[in-house]
Amino acid sequence: MSVLRTLLASVTLLLAGGVALNATTGGFRVFTTESARRAAVRAHPVTVPPAALQTQSGTRINLADLHGKWLVVDFIYTRCPSYCIALGAEFAQLQDRLAGPIAQGQVQLLSISFDPTYDTPPQLAAYLQRSRDRGHGWIAARPLDADGLHGLKRAFGLTVIADGFDGYVHNAAIHVVDPRGQLVEIFDLGELERVELAVREGLSP
Amino acid sequence: MSRQRHAGRSALLATLALGLLLAPPVKHALESSMTMQMLLQLPLLVGVGYALAIALPAKALARAAPWNRFGLTGLVLVSVVGALWMLPRALDASVTEPLVGAAKYMSLPLLIGLPLALSWPHMNFIVRGVFLLEGIATCFRLGWLYLISPDRLCALYLLDDQRRLGQYLLVIGAALLLAVAGKLLWGRFDAADAAAPK
Repeated sequence: MSVLRTLLASVTLLLAGGVALNATTGGFRVFTTESARRAAVRAHPVTVPPAALQTQSGTRINLADLHGKWLVVDFIYTRCPSYCIALGAEFAQLQDRLAGPIAQGQVQLLSISFDPTYDTPPQLAAYLQRSRDRGHGWIAARPLDADGLHGLKRAFGLTVIADGFDGYVHNAAIHVVDPRGQLVEIFDLGELERVELAVREGLSP
Repeated sequence: MSRQRHAGRSALLATLALGLLLAPPVKHALESSMTMQMLLQLPLLVGVGYALAIALPAKALARAAPWNRFGLTGLVLVSVVGALWMLPRALDASVTEPLVGAAKYMSLPLLIGLPLALSWPHMNFIVRGVFLLEGIATCFRLGWLYLISPDRLCALYLLDDQRRLGQYLLVIGAALLLAVAGKLLWGRFDAADAAAPK
């Protein structure tokens, strides 16, 4: 009898475990927080909260003012020695790839600093210049208050940790926000074609 | 020492250890790095469950035993729950989401440490060997993955931390392998050591 009972209990646990693992990994595809964040956004777009920002020219805007356009957003800090340089170069290329829609006011590129104390407007302007900004359709901005930054971090799923050398490590990615202010897709660095395609498909329904 | 006194001391030890692990400064320190979380916090929580098992009354053990012939059920439970806590996103969430954190503090003692302690004496030496070798292989697999992965698997932890953990896991895997080899070469396998059929 005890063999049967043990078998029953073991098989039940095995099945329950399989169900739990399947659910936690989204069908054995999602193992990391980063991939979970991307899958979650694709399945359920996230409303981007309003946030007061100051741009590289010193102008004050609100993120909500930019609704109505497709936004391509990344998060940076200008002292960043690695990812943010790559992201900057890719945004400059996106300016070329999406030059048409940008000229028609349908697309806006936006780099938001998560280090607002250091990243003053002159630093943001210097970052754009270093990244070979083509001069149209790209704003670099810093949040004006801690609440705004916190709200953005939560909505976008941004994780920033100190790297132990006075800098930061962060989950660098390219975020696409639709004209209704919904974060709909998150792409990796180096996926420019897919970013361009997502925006162009959104523009021509 | 009587079984009762032994059980009492074991329960006290488990409670103290759990209290210590729950203390905010300790919890924060252990969760500040991937290496500390995986090599200290998680094993210590498993240890709490192991100590709890010794404190269980003999009556409860006797009632559970028919459901756990050869320690098989416990082994399945330990493997399944262990697999869940090996997911990088589970480690992240256990630090950032209070509910997942609570699940970690409950499930590691109760669903890994406790069943392991209850099952181990009933497992015969072949099952033990398979379980240990699978554990060793997991150390090597994870260690290798952490060493060569160019990406951070946990959003909360640095790449250096992940690589250091990878090195430690390779060392731990090798040490366990040597221990098993030593047992095979020089160890004693008594009849009492093997599962006694009832």
